[in-house]
Amino acid sequence: MELSPPDPPARPSAFAERLRDAVAPLWAVPAGLLHGLGAYLLLLARAFNLPRDLSPRLYGRNVAEQMVQVGIDSIPIVALATAFSGGVVVVQAIYQLENPLLPLTIVGTFAEQSILLELGTLVTAFVLCGRVGARIAAELGTMRVKEQIDALEAMGLNSVSYLVVPRVVAGVLMFPVLYVVAAVVGMLVGAVTAELSGELTMGTYWEGARLFFRPYDVFFGLVKSVVFGFVITSIACYTGYRAKGGASGVGEATTRAAVLGCVYVLLADYLCAAILL
Amino acid sequence: MIEVRALSKSFDGVSVLRDVDLVVPEGEVTCVIGRSGSGKSVLMRHLVGLLHPDAGRVIVDGAPLDELTYSELRTVRRKFGVLFQGGALFDSMTAHQNVEFPLRTFTDLTRREVRQRADECLALVELPDAGSKMPSELSGGQQKRVALARAIAIEPKYILYDEPTSGLDPETSNTIDELIDRLGSTMGTTSVVVTHDMHSVLSIADRIAFVHDGTIPWTGSVDDLHAATDPTLLSFVRANEYQIGAPARTA
Repeated sequence: MELSPPDPPARPSAFAERLRDAVAPLWAVPAGLLHGLGAYLLLLARAFNLPRDLSPRLYGRNVAEQMVQVGIDSIPIVALATAFSGGVVVVQAIYQLENPLLPLTIVGTFAEQSILLELGTLVTAFVLCGRVGARIAAELGTMRVKEQIDALEAMGLNSVSYLVVPRVVAGVLMFPVLYVVAAVVGMLVGAVTAELSGELTMGTYWEGARLFFRPYDVFFGLVKSVVFGFVITSIACYTGYRAKGGASGVGEATTRAAVLGCVYVLLADYLCAAILL
Repeated sequence: MIEVRALSKSFDGVSVLRDVDLVVPEGEVTCVIGRSGSGKSVLMRHLVGLLHPDAGRVIVDGAPLDELTYSELRTVRRKFGVLFQGGALFDSMTAHQNVEFPLRTFTDLTRREVRQRADECLALVELPDAGSKMPSELSGGQQKRVALARAIAIEPKYILYDEPTSGLDPETSNTIDELIDRLGSTMGTTSVVVTHDMHSVLSIADRIAFVHDGTIPWTGSVDDLHAATDPTLLSFVRANEYQIGAPARTA
């Protein structure tokens, strides 16, 4: 008996092909996000899951250098940005005080709540996305395209751990310090602005600030600053470490670090508020 | 000894190396020659595990790199010194700090001993006064020599050179060639030199591997090269304006 050849595999219908072509671009976005998230998590795992590489001799000086660059060197720009924020908050609070039944102390309360809970961390984070995030991405991106990261690997060093850990640790340690600077400067400039406005005195401003002050607000701000420090520095390390090509690749990595840093800071801000408040 | 067995590598569907076999004997200088884009540098990066082959394997002192954990791979890498084509000096460090970096990281030498060794290495590459300079203050050739000083600082068992003499003047090229030769003869260092400089090859090579179109169609000694009849090899050698049998470059 002669066997008939097996049936050829059924070809997808024209409709199925059109459907596949239509869906492919839609899937590309979540697939790209998942791929990026996976690569980011793998980079962090490789950076932090090697405790034997974290000898103080190798990393101590590097961490100290990064703490200066990330933290100390950022104080002037953070102070400037939050000084203006504190002033604007007070000016706007006074502008909106049309109801004569509302006490003037509410200006201080409004400033304290805005600066400690939100502006102190968020303005600092946005400023540092540009200053710290972009610098880290440009630095690592340049090292990548100039084969310096390959040189570290070829020596037998864990380049991810060596380059990423000090920067992220510096971010996590120094962002709370910058938050404190931002909060103090913001509140002080708010007080001066209140006095200069002629609508209320510094005493009234500070009385209002103390009225609804809760230590938990400061704790919340500090926790957020730790989270933002981690988000900004780790994303910058990720984009810089994976830079490709020459100068344009470094530029792209720098832009991505700043933009993604801002986006994920906003996401983290919402999550912190939803979980901790 | 380094062994490359049936190694293949593609990038984005473009085959760069196909079924490559190579043996690098200990204590010898093996020159990997071939046209630009033939896959020489890709082959060199596989030797130290910076690239992972699609097929085949690299074995260093009996250890197949593809079977090692990352930690074990880094231990193997510490047997290597690598001179990258562009030098790959750390921009934020002086020449001294660049040369001292592997010494500070992987040895227990005191600060004074580290500086002493760095000075020795810089003197070997004829840059004894460049220690305090940043890479941006050095010429391309000087950067490459500092990078070479960094590569030899911890006296590695294997040194990989990617185009060590490209962009250098003939006199400095001779110095580099002599240094490569001396490291092999006095310290027993095994060298793999990726180059298309036939004058260097004739000066230093114990063995030559010719890479062409992603394969190694010819291997042999300098004497074998003089008797070679492989048309692609002869074409490459003649394109280097070198006549087989002519003397090596003189300063």
